[in-house]
Amino acid sequence: MAPETPLLSMSGITKSFPGVRALDGVDLDVRAGEVHCLLGQNGAGKSTLIKVLAGAHQPDTGAIHWRGEPVTLRSPIAAMRLGIATIYQELDLVEHLSVAENVHLGHEPTSAGFVVRGKAARASTAALLRRLGHPEIDPGRLVGELSAAQQQIVSMARALSHDVRLIVMDEPSAALDPDEVDNLFRIVGDLTADDVAVVYISHRLEEIRRIGDRVTVLKDGRAVAGGLPAKSTPTREVVALMTGRNVEYVFPERPSSAPTGAPVLQVRGLARDGEFAPLDLEIRPGEIVGLAGLVGSGRSEVLETIYGARRPTAGQVLVDGRPLRPGSVRAAVRAGLGLAPEERKAQALLMLESVTRNVSVSSLSRFSRGGWIDRRAELGAARASTRELSLRPDNPAVPVRTLSGGNQQKAVLARWLLRGCRVLLLDEPTRGVDVGARAELYAVVRRLADDGLAVLLVSSEVPEVLGLADRVLVLREGRVVHTAPARELDEHRVLDLVMEGSPAS
Amino acid sequence: MTQPVSPPRDSTGKVPSIGQPPAWRVLVGRADVRTLSLLGVLAALVLIGGITKPDEFLDTRNLQLVLTQASVIGVVTVGMTFVITSGGIDLSVGAIVALASVWATTVATQEYGFAGILFTAMVVGVGCGLVNGLLIAYGGMVPFIATLAMLASARGLALQITDGRTQIVTVDGILKLGERDSYVLGIPPLVLVFALVTVIGWLVLNRTTFGRRTVAVGGNAEAARLAGIDVRRQRLYLYLLSGLCCGIAAFLLIILSGSGQNTNGNLYELDAIAAAIIGGTLLSGGRGTIVGSVLGVLIFTTITNIFALNNLQSDVQQIAKGAIIVAAVLVQRRTASTT
Repeated sequence: MAPETPLLSMSGITKSFPGVRALDGVDLDVRAGEVHCLLGQNGAGKSTLIKVLAGAHQPDTGAIHWRGEPVTLRSPIAAMRLGIATIYQELDLVEHLSVAENVHLGHEPTSAGFVVRGKAARASTAALLRRLGHPEIDPGRLVGELSAAQQQIVSMARALSHDVRLIVMDEPSAALDPDEVDNLFRIVGDLTADDVAVVYISHRLEEIRRIGDRVTVLKDGRAVAGGLPAKSTPTREVVALMTGRNVEYVFPERPSSAPTGAPVLQVRGLARDGEFAPLDLEIRPGEIVGLAGLVGSGRSEVLETIYGARRPTAGQVLVDGRPLRPGSVRAAVRAGLGLAPEERKAQALLMLESVTRNVSVSSLSRFSRGGWIDRRAELGAARASTRELSLRPDNPAVPVRTLSGGNQQKAVLARWLLRGCRVLLLDEPTRGVDVGARAELYAVVRRLADDGLAVLLVSSEVPEVLGLADRVLVLREGRVVHTAPARELDEHRVLDLVMEGSPAS
Repeated sequence: MTQPVSPPRDSTGKVPSIGQPPAWRVLVGRADVRTLSLLGVLAALVLIGGITKPDEFLDTRNLQLVLTQASVIGVVTVGMTFVITSGGIDLSVGAIVALASVWATTVATQEYGFAGILFTAMVVGVGCGLVNGLLIAYGGMVPFIATLAMLASARGLALQITDGRTQIVTVDGILKLGERDSYVLGIPPLVLVFALVTVIGWLVLNRTTFGRRTVAVGGNAEAARLAGIDVRRQRLYLYLLSGLCCGIAAFLLIILSGSGQNTNGNLYELDAIAAAIIGGTLLSGGRGTIVGSVLGVLIFTTITNIFALNNLQSDVQQIAKGAIIVAAVLVQRRTASTT
């Protein structure tokens, strides 16, 4: 079964982004005709690795061999020419083009070099769709009119329209119903029977057991295990590999006594159709409540709905017992809510502006009379709140884009501190934050809670939720599957819950 | 393990100082590379004008003329700068100027005299801005489309009002303002209005919550919304402001020409956008400079004047304008990537 030269061999791949080393000497061997699973928590480096493989990122160091020959994947086109196709989690289809046009995008069958032969394109697309078990998809339909699962099939048809030898699938089952997953597995089986290699990324261990041949586990940018047998390695061992870490996070002490005040935030039956089921939640001043769950489990949606950035389909949010106007961020902010969103740069920061202006933007009325800003007061207040969080450098006049990820997050927290907010909603607060800077951020959040803030924390990093929160709600596919004090849970238990759905022993 | 953070530098290459710098530092500090280069271009143009037509160009009357011509488009450009800074665009400014200028000079309006003309010009400008703002902020229309529709409609309405005829102004108070007798220390009243609008525009953009919100909405509308800013209301106000500036410009144009015409303000939208862009306002929003916009207007007006004095036709002017826009944007991208 094992040929002497692997189809693909990546060795010593490193890739750094400003402030983060995403890949730190990763090796990956893929044989022709195998399903090679890639496992790892969010931020372990899976996406970066497959982007390197797809030619979308250039590695800083490391070598890639294709059928034993050294190659450089300078661009996605170069990777495609070798026969490497990637199906990303966020589908990269053009909604306003037809299925056939999408499948043949960039390599349309043409006459005289430029006249697109639409009929030929549709015919070959129809053949591909039949092969994929979806003959009902009309090649002439617009991709935007298709369901998510059908779009995934189109994406796969596009990959197969090339002479593909290796196909990367990034969480292909995330958007699929169970019977669609069966079809997906049948396709994967057909591909490997044709000696095509499949690199399969998934969080679901049971899937990896069903179709995987070998498993490579990534953690903190390193491959901690390569080529484990997928079917026989015990779950405990895989989970331990994913979670055991070199850097122990230092979490601040929890207060000795549980907070006793009246709940400042109450969420009653809050729900959004198709995103998350009715949810109840109470947070007292001084309390940190964590929401654990995978990407797509509805974590961020819950937070944004509480904040009014999304309109709930049912339920209500109360602050100090008073209901908030649903779907109004301004009402939430006025009532004392503050959000540190997941995508800091896209959703929170004004990247062209200074730290001061980023911090003061939610409290402008405090420094102004008749719309006229007292810039001295503004600067002083911004400096006071950034100092309280030990934001570095200690100069609020610098542009916010020059700060490291951790300090940018502190700028967002300083904004709400200055505003005098009472309920802080943190969505992946340490994403893009250096491992070393995380402990400091955890200490800041705990200190804010000790000062009487109620904190709702969302994170896909289970140790973070367990280490920082007082109480934990485990979300799986939009549903709270478990609630418990953090000290009664451990990482394995939570991972079992979020991955398997049933409280395994 | 935290990354060593090197002291960040601002666009002048200096490490920004903490706290409130003294007034003179503010002035010098404002004069960043971009502003200085614009001043350099303007100086070069004055030099060219002085060399090619020494007598005519540097003549006081000619300089007064240049500034007067710059005033009308300048006021429009200040409003446009706000809109572009917020990430929007207003293609209807020329048409609004035309509509306001003819509505304010109908026989019926002129019966109400000076105040009637002034009032009508403002109300028409603000009214058009209100329609733009409602369509964009609350109707969810793309600014490009909404203001394009306003461009077409306002021009059409202006033509309908005048029937293509020039409406001569007979109100003495208006005509007097255009005469040399009303110059203040050699400065035409129009130029004073322009200067006033510029100063107020600068203060509003740089010193008020309104300006801050404008920049925030343009820099990152989603972040602004999640920070608790009423993004829609801000957008509405911005198009109102642009409309108001058009109303003022229309009033200045009535004084300047002593008439109202439906062809007024032709291609003002392009001139105003071009001036703002070469001045350093980002078309994508999030950064705007009133000083840059005004310098942009002065550069364009000076070029037009020099070309006219040298008997070069407007076709050559147009080509030169296009070349300048391209050159200015290329230079800015260069400086943006090196800082």
